[in-house]
Amino acid sequence: MEMSNTNAIEVTDLTVAYQDRPVLWDVDVSVPPGILMAIIGPNGAGKTTLLKAILGLVRPAAGQVSIYGKPYAQQRQLVGYVPQRGSVDWDFPTSVLDVVMMGRYGALGWVRRPGRQETSLALEALEKVGMRSFADRQIGQLSGGQQQRVFLARALVQDAQLYFMDEPFQGVDATTERAIISLLQELRKAGKTVVVVHHDLQTVPEYFDWVTMLNVRRIASGPVTEVFNEHNLRLTYGGRVAFLRGNGDQPALPPQENSQPAGSSAIHP
Amino acid sequence: MNLLQILHDLLFDYTLRTVALGAASIGIVSGALGCFAVLRKQSLLGDAISHAALPGIVLAFLLTRSKEPLVLMLGAVAAGLVGTLLILRIVSSTRIKYDSALGFILSVFFGLGLMLLTFVQHMPDASQAGLDKFLFGQAATLLQRDVVTMMALGAIVFLLVAIFWKEFKLLSFDPEYAASLGYPVRGLDILLTTLLVVSIVIGLQAVGVVLMSAMVIAPAAAARQWTNRLGVMVALAAIFGALSGVSGAVLSSLTPRLSTGPTIVLIICNVVVVSLLFAPNRGLIWSWARRRRNRRQLHQESVLLDLYTLASQHADMSHPHTTAVLQAMSAGQTDAGRNLQALAGQGLVRAESGGWSLTTAGAEEAQRLLSAASAPAGAERISQAMQGEVGL
Repeated sequence: MEMSNTNAIEVTDLTVAYQDRPVLWDVDVSVPPGILMAIIGPNGAGKTTLLKAILGLVRPAAGQVSIYGKPYAQQRQLVGYVPQRGSVDWDFPTSVLDVVMMGRYGALGWVRRPGRQETSLALEALEKVGMRSFADRQIGQLSGGQQQRVFLARALVQDAQLYFMDEPFQGVDATTERAIISLLQELRKAGKTVVVVHHDLQTVPEYFDWVTMLNVRRIASGPVTEVFNEHNLRLTYGGRVAFLRGNGDQPALPPQENSQPAGSSAIHP
Repeated sequence: MNLLQILHDLLFDYTLRTVALGAASIGIVSGALGCFAVLRKQSLLGDAISHAALPGIVLAFLLTRSKEPLVLMLGAVAAGLVGTLLILRIVSSTRIKYDSALGFILSVFFGLGLMLLTFVQHMPDASQAGLDKFLFGQAATLLQRDVVTMMALGAIVFLLVAIFWKEFKLLSFDPEYAASLGYPVRGLDILLTTLLVVSIVIGLQAVGVVLMSAMVIAPAAAARQWTNRLGVMVALAAIFGALSGVSGAVLSSLTPRLSTGPTIVLIICNVVVVSLLFAPNRGLIWSWARRRRNRRQLHQESVLLDLYTLASQHADMSHPHTTAVLQAMSAGQTDAGRNLQALAGQGLVRAESGGWSLTTAGAEEAQRLLSAASAPAGAERISQAMQGEVGL
């Protein structure tokens, strides 16, 4: 497609502050199209905030963001978003199908109600995440992994070029994690770009081909093979990473990430 | 007075008909809008809005010297909105939390309203008479023009909810996602809150500022118990609101010295209690029964497994064991004898002279349980059972 030589995301000088505290400081990130990128960093590093600033959900104090060369507001239809599972009340009175259909609301625009076409698109997306038989379930009856799949399906029906996912692997079982990652790889094969806020350092080289390492400032951003090394990890996690010696330089999980309770946010304002 | 007589009066008695129609509109509108407030965890906002409306009503009267329902309602809407916006402003620009801001604005506005009310009541002419009915509500004072105004406002509110149904649903479930899709979430939020304000103001004359929030929260809370669909919940809440509104208003206008607000609130309160207790799935009685069933099944399974463990130490799987042994193995958790009787009823164990022995079916069932417990599906089932144990 014509935009294939523009970067999918171009973030320049992005600074975000909550009250007086900077959460992101002068961050530059360029993401080429067609890659799977992880954003990693310790708690409070601004991972979620970076995502939200790119999506225009928090107002930056300074800096620009462009999506395929244009401001986000003009490129919305190219972007799909998977928020953290814990950001909504799963006891809301609605069905799985209804939630997935919400992914079409942007394309539908005002007043128009979802109809037969939206239903079939939503069912198709549910099929892709292996949740077709759950379409009529109340969302409160789902397990964590199933909730995550529903959110993923909702983003899939947006039929976007660029996907942002906030900790899709948080608190899901191994089966769901595998299902999600193979789905992400399929998206990449279809030429889409996927940006994932990620916690598990061990799986970074296996799952992703690009990584942004963040700790308020951008520590490094580039292909995993080039920037995912001990030096950058120390800079990102402040030397709190235990390394598995004699096994390449595969880093182990930083202990503070390991013991993080499910549902806790990456940011503690 | 018998039921037929009441029905007859509802249709043909001017006062009663007016009161009933008014109360029904209040119940329908506040019940429906209350669903959104409750789902967005803004139940108490309704309370703040209704209290904040009081100074608006009195000020509107002071400025215009008119008691036209529309004038007073506009005053109430304005004050309610100012109060709401102040709450949001306080939360966004200071470190004061939402609940504190809510309580603060509620009491300040209500205090101001009471002060103005006292002031107005001591004015020489008698035109101010009746403003104090806004405190606890007096359905009997509703006139036809009041009801017409209420119904017109209610119709506008309903129309807007119907038009923006999908947007309001998305806003209530996941506002951040709505924003990422490009919806003006702030604008939608203000619109929905304004509709809530209007729906509350409609009810102030009949129900009163003090208790109006019950008409917002209670029907929605009751309706949530019976359904898992937003549309059904809104419809049910409207019905619950209308039913309690009408019965409360009629009861109070038939009985001297019975304020409408408290009567309606007591009725809707009963609806809530019944819903909390008896609704399928979410009701307390339902979950109590489910817990009991789960526990019983768990106990039976553990006794069966105990027997299986004992039996597998013998060459003959049907080697009998006494109740006392099994009781000891259950470590006082359960009555082994009763569980064995139940298992015998299912054909899994058999009573013999030496005690209890496994049947072939029982041995198979025990093996199935053991293999299920090690597989993921079994783990899920066990965790479900445990949720049943600690549930609620």
